[in-house]
Amino acid sequence: MNSSIGKAYMSTASSSAGRKAGDAAAAAAAAADQFPAGLRVLVVDDDPTCLMILEKMLRTCLYEVTKCNRAETALSMLRENKNGFDVVISDVHMPDMDGFKLLEHIGLEMDLPVIMMSADDGKHVVMKGVTHGACDYLIKPVRIEALKNIWQHVVRKRKNEWKDFEQSGSVEEGDRQLKQSEDADYSSSANEGNWKSSKRRKDDEDETDERDDTSSLKKPRVVWSVELHQQFVAAVNQLGIDKAVPKKILELMNVPGLTRENVASHLQKYRLYLRRLSGVSQHPGNLNNSFMSPQEATFGPLSSLSGLDLQTLAATGQLPAQSLVTLQSSGLGRPTGKSGIPMPLIDQRNIFSFENPKLRFGEGQQQHVNNNKQMNLLHGIPTTMEPKQLAGLHHGAQSMGNMNMQVASHGSQSSQNNPLLMQMAQPQARGQMLNDSSLGHAPRLLSPMGQPMLSNGIAANVPTRNGIQENIRAPSYNPVPQTSSMLNFPMNHASELPGNSYPLGSTPGISSLTPKVAFREDVNSDIKGSVGFLPSYDIFNDLDHHKPQNWELQNVGMTFDASQHSNSLQGNLNHAQSVLVQQGFSSGQMNGQNRSATVVSKTMFSSGDSTGHVNAQNGNQPLNSLLVDGTVRVKSETPTNLYPDDFGQEDLMSALLKQQDVIAPAEHEFDFDGYSLDNIPV
Amino acid sequence: MEVVQIQRRLVDYTKSLFMEGFLDGQFLQLQQLQDESNPDFVVEVVSLFFDDSEKLLNELTIALDQPNVDFKKVDGHVHQLKGSSSSIGAQRVKNACIAFRSFCEGQNIEGCLACLQQVKQEYYLVKNKLETLFRLEQQIVASGGSIPMIEMGF
Repeated sequence: MNSSIGKAYMSTASSSAGRKAGDAAAAAAAAADQFPAGLRVLVVDDDPTCLMILEKMLRTCLYEVTKCNRAETALSMLRENKNGFDVVISDVHMPDMDGFKLLEHIGLEMDLPVIMMSADDGKHVVMKGVTHGACDYLIKPVRIEALKNIWQHVVRKRKNEWKDFEQSGSVEEGDRQLKQSEDADYSSSANEGNWKSSKRRKDDEDETDERDDTSSLKKPRVVWSVELHQQFVAAVNQLGIDKAVPKKILELMNVPGLTRENVASHLQKYRLYLRRLSGVSQHPGNLNNSFMSPQEATFGPLSSLSGLDLQTLAATGQLPAQSLVTLQSSGLGRPTGKSGIPMPLIDQRNIFSFENPKLRFGEGQQQHVNNNKQMNLLHGIPTTMEPKQLAGLHHGAQSMGNMNMQVASHGSQSSQNNPLLMQMAQPQARGQMLNDSSLGHAPRLLSPMGQPMLSNGIAANVPTRNGIQENIRAPSYNPVPQTSSMLNFPMNHASELPGNSYPLGSTPGISSLTPKVAFREDVNSDIKGSVGFLPSYDIFNDLDHHKPQNWELQNVGMTFDASQHSNSLQGNLNHAQSVLVQQGFSSGQMNGQNRSATVVSKTMFSSGDSTGHVNAQNGNQPLNSLLVDGTVRVKSETPTNLYPDDFGQEDLMSALLKQQDVIAPAEHEFDFDGYSLDNIPV
Repeated sequence: MEVVQIQRRLVDYTKSLFMEGFLDGQFLQLQQLQDESNPDFVVEVVSLFFDDSEKLLNELTIALDQPNVDFKKVDGHVHQLKGSSSSIGAQRVKNACIAFRSFCEGQNIEGCLACLQQVKQEYYLVKNKLETLFRLEQQIVASGGSIPMIEMGF
């Protein structure tokens, strides 16, 4: 019937194909020339009719189409092949997963542009698309004309990413980050290498130019590429770690466009990292491992989360400031090594710079202040989370992107927090919680990894400015769920998490933890290490408002592999552990869902539990979040559960303090040798 | 019958479907997507639509037959039917779905049942019409002719 149009398309396709045929060397260029033809589109819709029509239309536009009728399948496809697609088109109403949820996942994990579509053109639905980070919204029936231009979203995202990458601005632009797609090839994987290298180059050279461009946009983040970081380290070494002050480092580095704040926040993270390294004597390898490989990422984020969580918790004000300080001094300081922050910087360097152009470095102004504290705490305990941060966390409801923004912008959190947070939540632009400069590195780590990052990121988000009350709660949820799902956690977790993420309720950290826990599956060890649990300690402070309902501390028989942690804390551990255990277990008791806390607690226990026995102290507020029931249910939905009102702050604090040491190691995934949540007898 | 005659019949028939609102511009889009590499595209998609819609209509019947009607579920099905019918251009079915959804929102059982009837009716009508259309096309092709392009001037 109307073959004319089809013909036109066909001929174009064949001619262009012929042109490029045989030009292997210029394949990449050819692909770029041909752009947008060859754009790799993943279309997800449970309606077979629409799916077929869309596929045909997209093929007519010369795109490479993959169709999927289930969101879960789409996600796994995307995960398996991170760089396999350029853009995703998804229906809003799907039976197995809400389209917006999928949108969030993709944003966090892969940071691809996502176009939503629906027969529903109601304003609120479209608005939802916007808030969740969709880059476009198509109304069904979709016309081919609408599809012809979807490539613009890919270009825009990449462009923004680039800018971000190059920017040395002080504040990350969370929103912008959201849309940042990963540093994926422009139009084909062939370009990837070029893209990245060019980006990196730009990072060092054209900062000023970029700055002008983006000055009107959100503040760009500094991306600490490998080279930049090397320069930084060289400068620090030259000055001597003790004498290395941001100003001097900046002078030595002599990188145009880099600000003192950038350096300062980066320095903070670096210090944390070093601390962690020295503190984790037992498993130095772990740290590296976790950070190095994307798989390990789970660890990283996990641990980072915990640190972050704590911070978040602290930030939210849950933790009494004093507690935080105490905690920090007591044990947090330990560089358990996993604290996501330092590690990522160095080890992940590659990951950061190469894979995630997005490394953003929030201007770490805040970090300075917090950093100090954080350093100690951070190992996974974001005790220094400021309320602002928490607020940000809370904002989980919004697309993750918001969170990132918050986190990043927050600065209030110590940079440390951010890194952790960032790491976790980072993977996706959407969820760029990591905007925080501090995270700069961390997030990047995660991004490449893809998954684990979320958890951290989530934590980060929490503190963001959203002013979330729950502090961490809200944001963490969102990220968390995502993370969890991403972390290879069974999808169900992901869905659970959203609500759960805040089991800790007040402790954003915890929520982040939960996701980690969820991941148990893949990371037994991770869990252990995942600091996420640690936050539970902090959470204790926060428990005030969360009632850890189910927290009956049953002796969870924490069989921690505490091996890693020095058992110095043994005594402490018990105390702390019991608290944790209680929390964890009680949570476990509680319906699996919210018990993300439980999971968290489990980890906590394991990590810090060198003593091996945890006395469930009923007095201690069960960390709701600490669901120790071995199920990864990290759902932190019931924040209130986490902290029983009657939780004795003091007890908790002391426990926490003691735990600090223990926890620190626990935070790091690596620390736990074989600790798996399952092992914990509830 | 001569090919030319069948072709003319096809053209007139198709035009009438558009005039009467059974089909809308989206159907034309589908026809335009069809090409040599995919000569049966429209028939395939429409068949898919038939299968899917009948399933949905069954589900709707069952759902509305429950003692406690789950309106969310019903609405979900109607929404889907609306989406697919609009994607192939079955305009009247789509419109019936729109009305149906408002009754769902209002949790109005009678209204929903009445709408279900309406949707079913429209569905079977358009199914019938499209099947006739395809038959005509088949006849043309079988006689060695080519399917004329419909200039609807939309």
